[in-house]
Amino acid sequence: MSSHRVIIGPGSVSQNYWRDLWQYRGLLLFLAWRDVMVRYKQTAIGILWAVLRPVLTILAMWFIGWLFGSTVPAGTPRLLMVCAATLPWQFFATSFSETSNSLISNSNLLTKVYFPRLILPFSTVLVSAIDFAVAFLILVIMMVWYAYLPGPEVFLLPLFVLLTLVVSFGAGLLIASLNVKYRDFRYVVPFIVQFGLYVTPVAFSSQDIFNNPGIPAVMKYLYACNPMVAVIDGFRYCLFGAAQTIHWPGFITSCCISLLLLFIGIRHFRRTERGFADII
Amino acid sequence: MSGPIIQVEGLGKRYTLKHQKRESYTALRDVITDRARSLFKPTVQQASTSEFWALKDLSFQIGQGDRVGIIGRNGAGKSTLLKILSRIVDPTTGRVTIDGRLASLLEVGTGFHPELSGRENIYLNGAILGMSRSEISSKFDEIVDFAGVDRFLDTPVKRYSSGMYVRLAFAVAAHLEPEILVVDEVLAVGDAEFQRKCLGKMKEVSMGGRTVLFVSHNMAAIQNLCNTAIYLKHGQLVTQGPTAEVINTYLKDAGSASEMDLASRVDRQGNGAIRYTRFHLTDGAGGAIAAAQSGSKVVFNFDFTSNATQLRDLEISMGIDDQYGQRITHLSNTVSGQSFANAEGKRCVRIEVPKCPLRNGNYTFTIFARVAGDTADYLLNAGSFQVESGDFFGTGRAPDEDQGTFFVDHSFALY
Repeated sequence: MSSHRVIIGPGSVSQNYWRDLWQYRGLLLFLAWRDVMVRYKQTAIGILWAVLRPVLTILAMWFIGWLFGSTVPAGTPRLLMVCAATLPWQFFATSFSETSNSLISNSNLLTKVYFPRLILPFSTVLVSAIDFAVAFLILVIMMVWYAYLPGPEVFLLPLFVLLTLVVSFGAGLLIASLNVKYRDFRYVVPFIVQFGLYVTPVAFSSQDIFNNPGIPAVMKYLYACNPMVAVIDGFRYCLFGAAQTIHWPGFITSCCISLLLLFIGIRHFRRTERGFADII
Repeated sequence: MSGPIIQVEGLGKRYTLKHQKRESYTALRDVITDRARSLFKPTVQQASTSEFWALKDLSFQIGQGDRVGIIGRNGAGKSTLLKILSRIVDPTTGRVTIDGRLASLLEVGTGFHPELSGRENIYLNGAILGMSRSEISSKFDEIVDFAGVDRFLDTPVKRYSSGMYVRLAFAVAAHLEPEILVVDEVLAVGDAEFQRKCLGKMKEVSMGGRTVLFVSHNMAAIQNLCNTAIYLKHGQLVTQGPTAEVINTYLKDAGSASEMDLASRVDRQGNGAIRYTRFHLTDGAGGAIAAAQSGSKVVFNFDFTSNATQLRDLEISMGIDDQYGQRITHLSNTVSGQSFANAEGKRCVRIEVPKCPLRNGNYTFTIFARVAGDTADYLLNAGSFQVESGDFFGTGRAPDEDQGTFFVDHSFALY
């Protein structure tokens, strides 16, 4: 009988929060499954959207890169370069914005049922990861098409996928919990995503920045601090090997920023989650 | 088993009300401007907020296997209490100790997704309510059977009729098997047939030794289902005890909503030989009650004043309309065969109905008086009163909610 003893008090943080989270993993999977199922309901081409959107974006980015003559290392097709950047960028963009909205869009659940609130952002990240996996096939197919074989660095790729997750989840958690109280962040998110595309090397290459003598060193450093620059440079490094340079001081800073974001995000979320149902 | 399964001590929940705010949410803009303003006028913030205790200093215990009805008027804190027990909101003060797995059903169909099929929603909703996948699978057929939607299992629920939707949602919830089940006013859905089924299921669930907390405005359902009850008022506990007693207290509660001032009404006709000044309801024993109850004695009391020196040939009548303004019945001393040739010195008229035949709901009345052949006072839609459901037939069975507006005594026989 006492195995299920629950004590509720003001601000009482559940002692077994993380154990609870594990116990509710079934719900996590169900919610993710729901979002996947629902996403392409009543659409004519269904799951093809998960492929079509990145493909179109890749083409657009490829065209812009070609138009402005961004650097492409010798022997690497431009399309592959762009593809290796668009996929993580879109992964970040969707998981960040969906996570930010996860609490608000599930407010009916928040106010009617108990479960560890972290489940909601978790499940949305999971869904974006599934989308990413589908889109990743594009890259694989393209590599086969170009008969391009990546070097041994490719085994580091999961690390950078993880880094994308850390960035988007951390930032998403922070915004999600702020969003519950201040709906202003609903407008901040699309802006970040839109603006981010301009300062992230999707259409261009980091080399265009670092090798440009016209850009002051401090700006280069600032540029490299963008966590997504680290992710994309990392992706390109893994796939195209030494052809890509990584700006190490910036890279390390941005990794630290990502972890810090995750830490702050989780902390703020945990601190405010008990009040979600009251103010949402 | 001995010992309480739920122990509530000094529970309180405070909400801060913000005035002069249209937005349903806080915008950063407002916070910034408020802060900026409060730099100059530090009192602004305090002036625009006020506190409201939805629950205050609430303490009670619930024993293992108790079936507890929670009653109270709207805003008494019933739902807040359930939300705290379900760990959805945090209390401001006090603490609750719960010894067992608690599942709550605060709304029918929480988390149902309109785009998903019935089958998919059963799994999803089950998971949301805390069932494991295997648990749902093992009960799947039972759920479908209970809801009666087997033909539409693969249809998105957005195409369901609202009745089917609700049936399916309740069916999932009804097959939860926690040690403690918390149910908010969810039986007020579906048709009569289904409501009976729900009540039956709830009864079955609670008879299985499980602890049930049940909020409802339907006194008949509470009476039928619960062995004890808790009466909340303004966030505080009024009484806890056997269901019948608590319901009685609730209906009789002082400060009753039934009391109505008529003296200040100006929309009246008549010469003023009689003026109704006050209306209230009393029960058979003469105690003031807040609402009539189907099947119980109810007395309509009207106080009046008179500017006439004599009150000859007093005729009094009262019309009762349902919520749609449809006249249901008319009570009159001329048809009941009582004549008041001389009513001098009288200040109150009591209209007794020995066994209230009205079903639960809100009723409006019109009151009329004639003195010596002239209209003395006529108040169209003078006021309203509430009828709570009750066991009209004395059979212990809750009558269907939506079968008509009144009861008739009757009996059946076979030849």
